[in-house]
Amino acid sequence: MISLTGLLGQLFAIALALMLAPLLTGWVNQCRAWLQNRSAPPLLQPYYMLHKLFHKDVVLAEGASSLFRAAPFIVFGCMVLACAIIPSLSTDLPFAPAADALALVGVFGLARIFIALAAMDIGTAFGSLGGRREMLVGFLAEPALLMVIFTMAMIAQSTSLATIVETLAHREMIIYPSIAFAGIAFTFVSFAENARVPVDNPATHLELTMIHEAMILEYSGRHLALIEWAASLKLYAYSCLGLALFFPWGIAERDNFLAMSAALPLLFVKLTIGGMLLALLETINAKVRIFRVPEFLGTAFLLAVLGLLVRLLLETRV
Amino acid sequence: MRFHAEPIDFIRQPGQGAPIWRGRAADGEDLLRYAISVHRHAGRLCALWGSDERLSDAVLRLHCVFALDEGWQWLSLDLPPDNPVYPDLSGVFAAANRMQRAAYDLVGIRHDGADQRPWLRHGGWPADWFPLRHDAGEMPANDNQPTDYDFLPVGGEGAHEIPVGPIHAGIIEPGHFRFSVIGERVLRLEQRLGYQHKGTECRLASADIFTGAKLVGRVSGDSTCAFAWAYADAVEAACGIAPPPRALSLRALLLERERIANHLGDLGMLGNDAAFAFGLTQFFRLKEDWVRLNAQLFGHRFLMDTILPGGTACDVDAAGLAAIVAQCDSIGREVKELQHIYDEHAGLQDRFLTTGPIDTALVHELSLSGMAARATGLLLDARCHRQGYVPPPPYDKLAVRPAADERGDVAARVAVRFAEIYESLRLLRLLAVGMPSGETCVVMEPKPGGAGLGVVEGWRGEVLVGVQLDASGKIARCHPHDPSWQAWPALEHAVLKDIVPDFPLINKSFNLSYSGQDT
Repeated sequence: MISLTGLLGQLFAIALALMLAPLLTGWVNQCRAWLQNRSAPPLLQPYYMLHKLFHKDVVLAEGASSLFRAAPFIVFGCMVLACAIIPSLSTDLPFAPAADALALVGVFGLARIFIALAAMDIGTAFGSLGGRREMLVGFLAEPALLMVIFTMAMIAQSTSLATIVETLAHREMIIYPSIAFAGIAFTFVSFAENARVPVDNPATHLELTMIHEAMILEYSGRHLALIEWAASLKLYAYSCLGLALFFPWGIAERDNFLAMSAALPLLFVKLTIGGMLLALLETINAKVRIFRVPEFLGTAFLLAVLGLLVRLLLETRV
Repeated sequence: MRFHAEPIDFIRQPGQGAPIWRGRAADGEDLLRYAISVHRHAGRLCALWGSDERLSDAVLRLHCVFALDEGWQWLSLDLPPDNPVYPDLSGVFAAANRMQRAAYDLVGIRHDGADQRPWLRHGGWPADWFPLRHDAGEMPANDNQPTDYDFLPVGGEGAHEIPVGPIHAGIIEPGHFRFSVIGERVLRLEQRLGYQHKGTECRLASADIFTGAKLVGRVSGDSTCAFAWAYADAVEAACGIAPPPRALSLRALLLERERIANHLGDLGMLGNDAAFAFGLTQFFRLKEDWVRLNAQLFGHRFLMDTILPGGTACDVDAAGLAAIVAQCDSIGREVKELQHIYDEHAGLQDRFLTTGPIDTALVHELSLSGMAARATGLLLDARCHRQGYVPPPPYDKLAVRPAADERGDVAARVAVRFAEIYESLRLLRLLAVGMPSGETCVVMEPKPGGAGLGVVEGWRGEVLVGVQLDASGKIARCHPHDPSWQAWPALEHAVLKDIVPDFPLINKSFNLSYSGQDT
């Protein structure tokens, strides 16, 4: 039976994700600007963008099918669902039983397939180009992400995110070498999945080098707003997933507001630091040649497998 | 004077500019033979244009400028107005192809080769109307519909085309690129340019020489000093007037400032195209400081309208020269630091090295000049002494050292740009210290019927301007030629060993002018 407080807590977590995600994007952009010695755009710039786009008319490409129009809503829905099941504030929310790490990878995969199909739907050269590259990145990133999750699941003996977080957060402080490997692999994967430097460049105007941006070139108005918002949500989701897996301390285990509001400031601090690190890594790196992306993600996969082996060989006692 | 025992007599053009000879080919055969001889002696085809001389000589005229080690030869060929056909030079010099097509679009003189596709005419005016003929009159009513254009198709399983532009995602000039690719690999790139055609040459006809200076200075905004100087050289040669020494030193000062400003900007953009935005902000900060001093000392950030026929429109006092020297020191220090960062950045070097390579054989085939040619190891610079060639003043006294790098890839073009910044900073200091005193400008008296050619080593390469004056001393025909004409085809070759997402970086390493080519 779902309690009222649980339901409210769940809704609060979703609302928080919706509100906080553009802020995280704005914060990363601001840090990037500072690190490049530029004067930064306002912290709230992503909200202004969304506001502007929601008030603009949609210009649809000629021959766009209903898939093209539905894709932004599906992608947005997937990202909201992902944010709902990742334990960001509490592990004891109504969606927690559904918070299976494997299902989460599936949700991200679903969004990817729809955005790539929509990109190809309108038949422009750039759409297909972007869709094709996105599938290349996705097909390399997903196995690596799964390997990371398997490593964590072996520690917690469960693929449920809530269980993993509870296990990790409340053990005595032991340093698992396997987690170090998994953590680095997860960082690599997050860069690829969120279209950040060195895999993709969210700030580029060079259509021939784009991956994510090439797919959404034909979107406008509220469709584009939803896709931009979904991109912010994805970054937020990945950040929360990373925090939940590798820095789980402070996430509440009950669904009441008191516990959750105690977890909130800590989440804020963690995201602030995470955003700064992301901006730092983006600033000091150049984008790799696209044919080096397999190497980059291959390294991630290898590290994740190493983590798994370390876990199996060194950390389990027979 | 004759070159290589070819039966064409050349006369040296008077004036202080680059060494230029003028000659006339008796017929098409002569022209073709001369072109082959130039090609055999590692010469280049620098420019090709047409002019309508039916009023004075009852002919249409083809003009070609060739370059040998000694200097430039301006060769013209008279064509009968009823059948203005000349032998196709593109079999000898590949660079002739686009220039020949443009000459037909504007003047209606035709080569006898196979490729008769329009180049500058995109359907803006009818095919049988030639805007640069003196009796062209008002442009006839035309529906301005885009014309069909035959790109060379590439077949085979999995091969497909990516059309890019003319409108791009960024705010840059328009141009169309047709990639034939298989996956990410580029099989072929074909450009279609001409979207920036502004009819500058049409506008130049019957302008007075000072209006002409303004117009030519706006053919390509990033090379305004090079164009204005080449134009001034041409007009001064046509009128038999020598500018004062102070004006020549000032012109060199302005040209080197323009070179540094462009290299600074492009080095930043090259970093940005590899997603290293730190480089962009740093180099643009330096460029901004640089152009602000331009505005302060010379009244224009990009130095437009500073060079005029007869001298310069600006002067600089001792305090200004001191400010220039001080800025050279500070910018030089910062560029050194940034070069260190670029050189030590593994990710950036991985993008630059071996990307977009061209070699000296291609440079020779395409008559390429300038920065991109030097990045393949050719010591080709109109400002530098070489065997049998003395650069025009003030460079004859400066002993300019050409920058060169033998690799021919993006990394080489980056290295050459850095080296040219340091060399130009050195030249600026020399020019500032040794600035001659005296007048900056002499009175220009247009000489009716005069003609002249000017050549200046701009930051991108060789800028040429040919000028002919009419009986009233106004411009009869003026042809500004940007080095991008020769360099655009080089870009088509440079991408062939690379993949689609590397194209923007390769393109930026050349950074060619659309406007200069389309005029």
